[in-house]
Amino acid sequence: MTNSIYSCMKCGTCTGACPSGRVVAFRTRKIVEDHCNGEIDLGDESLWYCTTCYNCMERCPRHIDITDDILGLREQAYRAGKALSPHLKVLGYLHKTGHAVPINEKVADKRASLGLSRLPPTTHSYEDALEEVRRILEGEGVSGE
Amino acid sequence: MSKTFSFFLGCLIPNRFPELEKASRFVCDALDIGLEEMEGASCCPAPGVIKSFDKTLWYKVAGRNLSLAAAQGNDILVLCNGCYGTLKDVSMVLREDEGKLGMVRDSLSTIGRTLPYVPDVVHIVEHLCFDYGFEEIRKRVTSPLSANVAVHYGCHLLKPARYRGFTSFEDPTFFDELVETTGARSVPYLEKNSCCGAGGAVRSGLKDLSLDIARKKAASIKGADCIVTPCPFCHMQLMEVSEIPVIYITQLLGLALGGTPEDVGMEGPL
Repeated sequence: MTNSIYSCMKCGTCTGACPSGRVVAFRTRKIVEDHCNGEIDLGDESLWYCTTCYNCMERCPRHIDITDDILGLREQAYRAGKALSPHLKVLGYLHKTGHAVPINEKVADKRASLGLSRLPPTTHSYEDALEEVRRILEGEGVSGE
Repeated sequence: MSKTFSFFLGCLIPNRFPELEKASRFVCDALDIGLEEMEGASCCPAPGVIKSFDKTLWYKVAGRNLSLAAAQGNDILVLCNGCYGTLKDVSMVLREDEGKLGMVRDSLSTIGRTLPYVPDVVHIVEHLCFDYGFEEIRKRVTSPLSANVAVHYGCHLLKPARYRGFTSFEDPTFFDELVETTGARSVPYLEKNSCCGAGGAVRSGLKDLSLDIARKKAASIKGADCIVTPCPFCHMQLMEVSEIPVIYITQLLGLALGGTPEDVGMEGPL
């Protein structure tokens, strides 16, 4: 069972369960409250403080899918052109190589020295497979630029 | 052969920690678990960045990876909590949401692929604990270990609970039991169930914050010889802050199953 964010009773269990909230001023309850009130600033860096550990969502006594709600806000931020630049770089790697974390020469050498294929049998080894991934990405407007 | 899986490598295992790939292949071989290569697989895609940016894209790229396994007629074995978070969650959603399944099938038809059924997605730790079984592993242990181990579960092995269902996420014990099949002892520590701080695109976007979370965790570990992880992302994160060695589960198991340090990609004995 899942309830809407408007059923939040502001108990703060989410904030108390948050691993980021223990080291920076990240207040999950405030995000839910601001979202309810239509007061989310999509450029606020703190939207990206969530590690998606799901503690808030699992422990919410009102069964609100809080982590999923934060992911939804991030999607709005991305579409509004307010994603963080290192994250855009990761998307670029995915388009360029099929991997969010692509291989490099040093690791390719290490693979060979371990007795593994120098490149893994993934999009790194199959150009047509990479082309398929690119077509899916480009269909969603990701150009890799 | 006990069971054959389509073997999903992901990104960090083959492209940053090939020693963990080597150890995992060694353990599957020793336990007679069949692995079929998923030629042309991509990133799962990464739940932190890609799921945050565009869920439609996340479903479609994950759907392509699922279709590769469906073409082989296998379930998928993953080695990473992040890959598990994406592929397991997407597989569960596609089973209960015909609209999303249709969307993924339409997308696959544009690249000449199909998804006749939705394969199950299994984390190697899940398979060893709940399918292969502790007794069967114990029978094959030839070099029992004596280390004290700080066990780290990571988040997405356990949550979201609605798509897991094999255990309590608040106080799980299965991974400790798996570690203890090797003869090693799992030692308690205060932040055992805490996040490593890497996920959700926090490490890639805000590294200082992410490492602060990891430091809090690592600092609470007392009386352990090493940390054991089920995930290369947690692994990378904890390696950066831990004063004791960080070992991946198949490295630990590989040693107990009679492997040399070289077999499991380690520079020396535990």
